Amino acid sequence: MAAKDTLGRRGEDLAADYLSGLGLEIVERNWRCSLGEIDIVAREGGETVFVEVKTRAGLGYGHPLESITVAKLARLRRLAGAWCEAHPGGFGGIRIDAVAVIAPRGSGVTIEHLRRVF
Amino acid sequence: MIGRTHSVSLLGMHGAVVEIEADISAQLPGFVLIGLPDAALGEAKDRVRAAIANAGFDLPHHKVTINLSPAALPKHGSGFDLGIAVAVLAASGEVSAESIDRVLHLGELGLDGRLRPITGVLPAVLAAHRAGFETVMVPTGNSDEAALVPGVRVVGVASLRDAAIWHGSEADPEPVEPILRAAVSTSDDDGLDLADVIGNEDAIEAMLVAAAGGHHVFLLGPPGAGKTMLAARLPGLLPELSPEHALEVSSVRSLSGLPVGATLSTRPPFEAPHHNSSSAALVGGGSGLIRPGAAARAAHGVLFLDEAPEFPSAVLDALRQPLESGVISIHRANAVAHFPGSFQLVMAANPCPCGQSGARDSECTCTPFNRRRYLARISGPLLDRIDIQLRV
Repeated sequence: MAAKDTLGRRGEDLAADYLSGLGLEIVERNWRCSLGEIDIVAREGGETVFVEVKTRAGLGYGHPLESITVAKLARLRRLAGAWCEAHPGGFGGIRIDAVAVIAPRGSGVTIEHLRRVF
Repeated sequence: MIGRTHSVSLLGMHGAVVEIEADISAQLPGFVLIGLPDAALGEAKDRVRAAIANAGFDLPHHKVTINLSPAALPKHGSGFDLGIAVAVLAASGEVSAESIDRVLHLGELGLDGRLRPITGVLPAVLAAHRAGFETVMVPTGNSDEAALVPGVRVVGVASLRDAAIWHGSEADPEPVEPILRAAVSTSDDDGLDLADVIGNEDAIEAMLVAAAGGHHVFLLGPPGAGKTMLAARLPGLLPELSPEHALEVSSVRSLSGLPVGATLSTRPPFEAPHHNSSSAALVGGGSGLIRPGAAARAAHGVLFLDEAPEFPSAVLDALRQPLESGVISIHRANAVAHFPGSFQLVMAANPCPCGQSGARDSECTCTPFNRRRYLARISGPLLDRIDIQLRV
């Protein structure tokens, strides 16, 4: 596994723990279909939450949230639709969240959570 | 949190105070500029982002929305950069929001965070003063010019970092080389004296009468008769400008991008546009930003048109309205700009295309038809407004 994938995987674990700590119920992780992958699917207050996690080791190439572009958001929205189609019934409203994990080598981790980015 | 400060949008000589609001909201990172910016102002967001980062501050990792209000007023140029940057810094809590709200900001940012001088600072600071602002922050390169407006406290800053520190940021000062404008060259027309003219008694008397009464003059004579020499000496006869007129003259210079000295020039201006000038060059114009022309720069001074029949007649006739009203009005679909237009017009012409008609020492080679057609290029209504018409 390449270093960036290890970092990404670790970031997603950290994000999932963080969201559970906030009271979200994690439904599924790394759900894949032909359109792509959803990092985390969770439920909160009758809503299904689709979460995109971006992890970076530092800010040298910009903040992780800056890499979530309009095109990426549009793909997430399509993925959310595909997930709902694959899991019929009872998903309530949907929303898309973004989580930024900054995990520098050898020091503390910063996690930022933005609700309803789309 | 919202950061709010002020800047000035200029339309001709008149400035309107523009409020700059910056809001940081919990959304994906982005930088949005709204409120009818033109292309140069729309690029401000990229300059401001780079300048904030290179001045050593953290750009907020959220969505930054900048609003320029009144939203319906078209805004031009890069002079809003400093205001936008400090509003963003205030919204992110880096500087005091109260402090920036009291100050009006003008200045263009470089990517390194240094401030570049802009054109039109003098009329902009005048507008700020009229709107009741007591403190104006400008680039170091413009502070002399801004200080010409009495009753305003001018803060000249070399960089965005210095501006932030003035507004209460805890960043450490980092001295930078300020960007200055080219030094003002002293005008060549200075010190021209009518005493240099030998003989030509009638013409000298005509110039004295023109200077005393503020009359327009038309000089007709062969090449080498001294028309240009006489005209260039008319400003030397005119009295010093009043403080208001001097401010107006320097404001127009500032708008044209010409250097304005550290002290207000009180000598009447002298403008001598070449005869290939377009009417926009002579009276002012432009589609987006309306700029003053040579006639506006000559306001309260002398506008000299050498070889007047060589100017396109439409260009000459564009002067009829300012000669009548003393004001130059430029109408565009979205706005009307006014410039001062109370200049003294001096026109010089040869009597015919070969220039020798009426001369004692040589023969004219033009046909009567050509002679008549040459001077007919200056229209009757324009000549009607010229009180002193003279053969030299």
